[in-house]
Amino acid sequence: MNWITNYVRPRINSIFSRRETPENLWQKCDECGTMLFHRELTENLNVCTNCGHHMNITPRDRFKALFDGGVFNEVKVPEPLADPLQFRDQKRYPDRMRTAQKTTGEKEAMLVASGEIGRTPIIAAAQDFSFMGGSMGMYVGNAILAAAEEAVKLKRPLILFSAAGGARMQEGILSLMQMPRTTVAVQMLKEAGLPYIVVLTHPTTGGVTASYAMLGDVHIAEPNALICFAGPRVIEQTIREKLPDGFQRAEYLLDHGMLDRVTPRTEMREELITITRMLLGMPPAVRGDLPAPEKTEKVDPVAAATAPVAEPGASAAKPAPAPTPQKPLK
Amino acid sequence: MRETRMSQGMTQYLDFEKPLAEIEGKAEELRALGRANEEMDVASEAAALDAKAETMLTDLYKNLTPWRKCQVARHPERPHCRDYIDALFTEFTPLAGDRNFADDLAVMGGLARLDGTPVMVIGHEKGSDTKSRIERNFGMARPEGYRKAIRLMQMAGRFNLPVITLIDTTGAYPGKGAEERGQSEAIARSTETCLQIPVPLISVIIGEGGSGGAVAFATANRVAMLEHSIYSVISPEGCASILWKDSEKMREAAEALHLTAQDLKTLAVIDEIIPEPSGGAHRGKSAAMESVGKSIKAMLKELGKKKGADLVADRRQKFLKMGSKGLAA
Ligand SMILES: [Zn+2]
Repeated sequence: MNWITNYVRPRINSIFSRRETPENLWQKCDECGTMLFHRELTENLNVCTNCGHHMNITPRDRFKALFDGGVFNEVKVPEPLADPLQFRDQKRYPDRMRTAQKTTGEKEAMLVASGEIGRTPIIAAAQDFSFMGGSMGMYVGNAILAAAEEAVKLKRPLILFSAAGGARMQEGILSLMQMPRTTVAVQMLKEAGLPYIVVLTHPTTGGVTASYAMLGDVHIAEPNALICFAGPRVIEQTIREKLPDGFQRAEYLLDHGMLDRVTPRTEMREELITITRMLLGMPPAVRGDLPAPEKTEKVDPVAAATAPVAEPGASAAKPAPAPTPQKPLK
Repeated sequence: MRETRMSQGMTQYLDFEKPLAEIEGKAEELRALGRANEEMDVASEAAALDAKAETMLTDLYKNLTPWRKCQVARHPERPHCRDYIDALFTEFTPLAGDRNFADDLAVMGGLARLDGTPVMVIGHEKGSDTKSRIERNFGMARPEGYRKAIRLMQMAGRFNLPVITLIDTTGAYPGKGAEERGQSEAIARSTETCLQIPVPLISVIIGEGGSGGAVAFATANRVAMLEHSIYSVISPEGCASILWKDSEKMREAAEALHLTAQDLKTLAVIDEIIPEPSGGAHRGKSAAMESVGKSIKAMLKELGKKKGADLVADRRQKFLKMGSKGLAA
């Protein structure tokens, strides 16, 4: 009966090991105005418990909730040239960077990690909207390439959470060049036959949408996320007409065929596990409400239904075919 | 060299060309006076003014600021994609449509011969008068335009035809329908297609290389830029309004973005700068087009020796390496 220790307990741990916040802190939902108990909000992955509004979540918090037991290893990202253009607007670019680093506690706008979700080994990359609007510069490009290379090396799927206002203007043309560079990263995954799943979160716009965020095998968005190439304000100025309600929001894109699914953040982990395991030809993940794995693997009707060519669990040619015993976690 | 201005009386001066406009105006007046009064000898005086104008023009264009280059790159009389196709290619046979929704006239494309060799040529066309500008949506493509280009690039790949793209766009069209029909996806796929085709892909930025709308065609083995064209992640006006909160700061933004051919060459983002005649391509259309033709042929000759797989691998490597060179302080 080790499924409890392997699967359920790490999740319980992850809830308690999440960043401690003072008990008396409240946060107002920017959508419905409800005052939300901070800890409750954190446990609900920054989704308003009253109206379901999805607030920003940092890559680190997302990964803690995503990976089994909240445990993951960061994948190292090659350091790009700092401030290649000596860019200066009203502030110097290095000063803007320092401010962003100080306020977020992160080095840059993307975090790459390896770990397991529901016993499924994956690589994940998440863009940090709180870091200079998640903007795509050379670091983000390098991060996506590093994520793809790691995925190819370990034969794992890549799940990418996008969130960005677009390209990082302070890196000028070199930020634009991340569009082809990240497209090469996607090609590496496709050539290696590995699933590439994009989770589009609010907001995903500009050059980010027009490159790696729209090249996934599967596109899932969080509810009401703004996803577009040109922003609504630019369009309104260009066509001089008011845009319809919900224009360029996740549900609108789903209607227009640009997404596979719109899924609430609180259900995202389960869905990602389900999809990646099917794409990899693995048997269904062990769930908390299923019997113990030994039994499940033999008679689970879901497994039988999703593996039409072979016995459930017989697709051993694919990597990591079954829920394996938990590896020692660091 | 300056056949256009001389023969057609070109008078579309840019704001920084005002002193030049005055001198050329004076010379013109003088000649008119001479024609009216046969006994007046204006020839030598007019010639002196011409010489002065010529020197001024050369000086002005020798050191164009980034913002002035933007103005030149957008000059309505600058030769456009269509002009290059007419001048440099034979048997141009336009191919239309994305086989899905529409034909986007902001993107021209088709089969043509360059020095007898069949190629696929694709480019943004801004239009040259009110009617054609509207038809061509001022060179701002919609998803159909990118999807047409994807179709043509893939066809070229299948039939082993080199692809030549001519880049001249403010950017992809920011419209309601364009967004609904997947502008982002179309651009992403176009860039992806550029990276996949096993044939030489050559891009020339002839005017404006506007952001994702440009990169979708310019993810090429070789990218050349006309001397006064621009290539940028965002327009200087857009950048100014976001970072300076004042769209009037476009001069500063143009400086900061380093969007000139000269800086992009230093950054190794482009491979070659194609010189323009004195006073810009719009003052010497045929000279500019001839230079572009020469450059394309040279690049094609060089790439023609390579195998398809090597072309794909080289293209990839080129973009992966990009960013290792910054601008010197
Ligand atoms: Zn709420």
